[in-house]
Amino acid sequence: MMRLPSYRYRAPKTVQDAAAWLAESPGDTMLLAGGTDLIPNMKRRQQAPSTLVGLRGVTELAQVDDRDGLEIGAGVTLSALVHHDRVHARYPGLWQAVGQIATPLLRNMGTIGGNICLDTRCTYYDQSFEWRQAINFCMKKDGDTCWVATSSDKCLAVSSTDAAPALIALGATVRLVSATGTRDVALTDLYANDGMHYLTRRADEILTAVTLPRAEGWRSTYWKLRRRGSFDFPVAAVAAAARFDGDRIVEARIVLGAVASRPLEVLAAAARLAGQTLTDDLMASVADDAYTLAKPMDNTDFELVWRKKTVRSLVTSALRELRGDDMRAARTKLARHPLLVIS
Amino acid sequence: MKLRLNFSVNGESAEALVDPDKTLLEVLREDLQLTGTKHGCELGECGACAVLLDDQPVLSCLVVSHECEGRSVVTVEGLTVDGRLHPLQECFADLGASQCGYCTPGILIAAKALLDREPNPSRDLIREALSGNLCRCTGYQQILDAVEASIVRLGEGGDQK
Amino acid sequence: MTRPRNVIGKPRRRVDGRAKVTGQTKFADDIMLPRMLHCKLLRSTVPHAKIVRINTSKAAAVDGVALVLTGESFPIPYGILPVSHDEHALCPDVVRFVGDPVAAVVARDEATADRAVRLIDVEYETLRTFASPADSLAYPEPRIHDYGDFGNVHKAVALQFGDVDAAIAGADHVFDDTFFFEGNTHLPIEQHATVATKDPDGKLVVYSSTQTPHYLHRALSKALAIPAAHIRVVATPNGGGFGGKSDPFNHEVVVAHAAMRLDRPVKIALTREEVFYCHRGRHPVLMRFRAGVTNDGRVTGLDLQTLLDGGAYGSYGVASTFYTGALQTVTYDIPTYRFRGCRVFTNKPPCGPKRGHGTPQSRFGQEVQLDKIAEKLVIDPADLRLNIVQPPDSLTANFLRVGTIGLADCIKKVVERSGWREKYRKLPLGRGVGLACSSYLSGAGLPINWNDLPHSGVQLKLDRSGGVTVFCGATEIGQGSDDVLVGIVAEVLGIEPFDVRAVTGDTDLTPVDLGSYSSRVTLMMGNAAIQAAERARELIADGVSAKLDIPKSRLVFADRRVFDSEDPDKGTSFREAVCMAEAKFGTIGTTGSYTPPKSPAKFKGGGVGPSPTYSYTACVVEVDVDPETGWVTVPRVWIAHDIGCSLNPVLVRGQVEGGVYMGLGEALMEEQVFRRLPAKLSHALVHKFPSILEYKSPTFLDMPEVFTDLIEHPDPVGPFGAKEVGQGPLLPIMPAVANAVYDAVGVRIDSIPVTPEKILRALEAKAAGKAPRSGPGAFPEIPWPETLHVTPPWAGGDGRADNDPKRPTHRKVDAGIEAKAAGMTKEARS
Repeated sequence: MMRLPSYRYRAPKTVQDAAAWLAESPGDTMLLAGGTDLIPNMKRRQQAPSTLVGLRGVTELAQVDDRDGLEIGAGVTLSALVHHDRVHARYPGLWQAVGQIATPLLRNMGTIGGNICLDTRCTYYDQSFEWRQAINFCMKKDGDTCWVATSSDKCLAVSSTDAAPALIALGATVRLVSATGTRDVALTDLYANDGMHYLTRRADEILTAVTLPRAEGWRSTYWKLRRRGSFDFPVAAVAAAARFDGDRIVEARIVLGAVASRPLEVLAAAARLAGQTLTDDLMASVADDAYTLAKPMDNTDFELVWRKKTVRSLVTSALRELRGDDMRAARTKLARHPLLVIS
Repeated sequence: MKLRLNFSVNGESAEALVDPDKTLLEVLREDLQLTGTKHGCELGECGACAVLLDDQPVLSCLVVSHECEGRSVVTVEGLTVDGRLHPLQECFADLGASQCGYCTPGILIAAKALLDREPNPSRDLIREALSGNLCRCTGYQQILDAVEASIVRLGEGGDQK
Repeated sequence: MTRPRNVIGKPRRRVDGRAKVTGQTKFADDIMLPRMLHCKLLRSTVPHAKIVRINTSKAAAVDGVALVLTGESFPIPYGILPVSHDEHALCPDVVRFVGDPVAAVVARDEATADRAVRLIDVEYETLRTFASPADSLAYPEPRIHDYGDFGNVHKAVALQFGDVDAAIAGADHVFDDTFFFEGNTHLPIEQHATVATKDPDGKLVVYSSTQTPHYLHRALSKALAIPAAHIRVVATPNGGGFGGKSDPFNHEVVVAHAAMRLDRPVKIALTREEVFYCHRGRHPVLMRFRAGVTNDGRVTGLDLQTLLDGGAYGSYGVASTFYTGALQTVTYDIPTYRFRGCRVFTNKPPCGPKRGHGTPQSRFGQEVQLDKIAEKLVIDPADLRLNIVQPPDSLTANFLRVGTIGLADCIKKVVERSGWREKYRKLPLGRGVGLACSSYLSGAGLPINWNDLPHSGVQLKLDRSGGVTVFCGATEIGQGSDDVLVGIVAEVLGIEPFDVRAVTGDTDLTPVDLGSYSSRVTLMMGNAAIQAAERARELIADGVSAKLDIPKSRLVFADRRVFDSEDPDKGTSFREAVCMAEAKFGTIGTTGSYTPPKSPAKFKGGGVGPSPTYSYTACVVEVDVDPETGWVTVPRVWIAHDIGCSLNPVLVRGQVEGGVYMGLGEALMEEQVFRRLPAKLSHALVHKFPSILEYKSPTFLDMPEVFTDLIEHPDPVGPFGAKEVGQGPLLPIMPAVANAVYDAVGVRIDSIPVTPEKILRALEAKAAGKAPRSGPGAFPEIPWPETLHVTPPWAGGDGRADNDPKRPTHRKVDAGIEAKAAGMTKEARS
């Protein structure tokens, strides 16, 4: 049986305490929320913090405030979000993204904060210590070389969060709290395109909440590509959101997932959509932009060339859905099931 | 130093003195001898170790023992009430939903959680709810049939009480 | 027997069903013994190297460590086949793949063993990395093993039945196709586990998740130099096997040694990654099929070559090699046939038997080639196959005896149920249907260790309680062998399954059964069980007849009673009946055994393929392909299986659907593949993703609807007419998927798995005016050994090779056949 290395466990009741304990030795203290990312990583010795600060007991992190927009505590489970009526009704892109994360059992454990901070993934890295020893380790942990591209001077591990592209498309900001203060940043600014240093969060900061603006006038969607209908991380994904005035787009955001070390915004193409109606030609030109931007590497399931090609099709599907086309059959085939929610 | 754990297991209070690095899965199997809960990866990738934790189906291989204090755990051993099998268990046994039986405890747990929340799910919804559990023997069809049959049995008042 | 059956054929809860749904089935890792220690193995982190030195001192010094072992403690090699005893429990001098066990730590708990094993320091001197068959064929040195046919070729075989070259040359059409089938693995959800202990008398006891306790028994006896009579192997119920638990494994030998040495129970439970290293799964196989075909679609001759990537050890590999060429002839009439197969060693986990053992790969090639033939000749693929189905009660060109054959019925059934005639080549672009067939053994006709002993033995114990206990070495791996055993005994004795207790898979308590492999258990154990139960019935009937004065011939066993068929009220309870027999004869115990009939194949290599009878399957798969991305979904599968007689339809359906499921996994996503780091920078060759997350197996959401039909024409050699069902239904799925993709979008995917990448590549090739295909290129030149020429039966052959140096000069055969054989031999040699 895979077993955890030794660690010290501390259970704060407040964010303040958690931040203070984290500040004591931020280098080898890690936050434990749902555990669905960290615990496997610890068992594989990818991470070996000497102290875990368990956030389960911090009740303020588990709140959802939907009075104005949506403020989601970082400790809210993915299942709770999937079953939250307003998420389904107002932020369908987020609902589709979260509803396709991992499996129902893992969504009962995993939190929104955890998915936002999900460690970047790589088939050279998400391996046991002994396996990594067999390749003399890699740049991300204990080694020097990025085996994905041996000439690369930075780690190319892939951003695999489903929630973040959807949240960025919806204009999310996140709150970061440390012992020394609090700051709010646009979610897109939380990320850097570097597989090792993929978060701009400081080691002493706790991500406590993610906030979405009001959704009036917005439509949103999320298309995820993965091998199976369950379990798998995305190998390519697109989140799109647009505010409409009639059938004309006022503003739009398009974010690609799993084709870089961060969620990748398709900025220029999204800007071109402003003031336009979604014609097939326009959608094709946006899809071209996305295709060019996407840089999948050979470190996930599927071949990278094919993954890159599918970006076009995913973007087109997403935009068609925003336009109002009936995409249910295509989605069911791709997702391998009609996305469902228990009422 | 050992960790003293007080929690509820299958409706009974349990006290255990455990290695603090252990997960709930290890505590259940090794310290409480509840070996009905299985494991196929210990990394959250197969669903075999599912248990109900405060009524939610979760993967016991990913729950650190510290976080079980004061909580309620139900394992496959807890599905049987007063010596009578849960209708899900009856139907799984009757209809071939269990071949080697190794994934069965985890699937029963996930199915029970579904039926507790949604007494009349569609076949698609059952599929979705069980999609975090891998089975390598059945091809899933007889499991779906068994869950559907148990819905009928539960609807007829055929529960264990 | 005219009496209706009470148990056989009725859908029933399996006898071990309750244990499984309550979590009470005791798998190996569920065994907890007092004073038990725990073992972890240190596995090689280099693919191919000499071990220079091992320093275990730091590990041995860890508090709680009881024993540290290295290869020195295991000088005796073992292996599953007598011809390839090439494994040591811990590598003594050379490691051959990343994952090869090098050392072991036994400690008070697993966490301590885990900590300590990481402190063992091994110094390696690296050797060339052999990552592919191309490497192994190109470089004979250094040899991965110092045995084998030559260089790094483990085994190369060449067999010919009739003048295949002339038959192909004389055909109207010649089809020449290459195919590739990627390796994949069993992925049982239960990870292998073993507990060994020294019993109070000082003898070794081993509980293990093994499909083959008998072979483990033999291997332990050899490797540890302990008489088999002093070893007890108990096969715990397997949490899935599929062939992956059929070899004796390193960890089993290590904990057995440790338990004897320490006089304490020792457990080992492998991690998922280690299960991938145990492997013994599907060989990657490159194939070339050359077929001569007449205008009306009859095959005149088939020339098959296969190249198997065997991995680092022999395992079942010699048998696997022959199996890639064994069963082509049992489905369709192929009058002349040549088969050449080659297995090479590489520095990867060893391949071996997975569900279908060696046959799915070439079944895929054959069935896709038939689809191409049908296309070219403009014949419906169903009709093409119906026209060439091998006749019943016949001998194939390679001397396999076909008895009953329900293949035509299977084809007709799936054609009707799927609406094939309305769909094939008629669905809109992107949707398609594909048809394929297959056959599988109902048990291997020859044992692994050649001898004249029964393949399965059953003992029955009855006493005055009225209870019946049945003992058999067969192993419950989820397929329901305990249920088959109990069901048969209950049926014969007219009692309920609940009245029968099964004791199975225990070498101390049960007579030998060779194990749960080759789909042999239902037929062989079943026949032995019938014999034992009928003998018991005889004794009871004698007792009752004498006591109640009823003629024996009129006695009926049913409803837990023994009674007079002419006066059903006259009789007694089963319990009383047993007492009458016990009073008359003393203690009641009977035995039954089963030995398969001798095969007419007498040539070298003829031991692989014979079976008492063959099952047959046909299926139609429907696919939906997105022509833009190649994304493929399978909405429906129709399958019909020639089962002979369905002993418990619940279990049979489960085996069919489980086979379809596993076939779809292989067809669409499952791959055991490896990373070779750039050779300039590294020797590394690692399993690409030894995890259950990245090794993709279908989930609840990936399974289509499956429509199952059973064709039931009782087979005279099967128990109550039953044939196998555990493996056959997997086999036609992969080619049917590939054929359906062609129907949907007009491209040939000649390599398994059929992935969206391959489909899109083929679609792009098609759009560019190139061959609309994704698949391997040329089959390499292989230095084949001298071909063994065997005259086919239809030409009067006697089953021996004409150029066999051991061929007896005076044969006792019919003079006419002799003459014909001589003529054919001359022809073949000219």
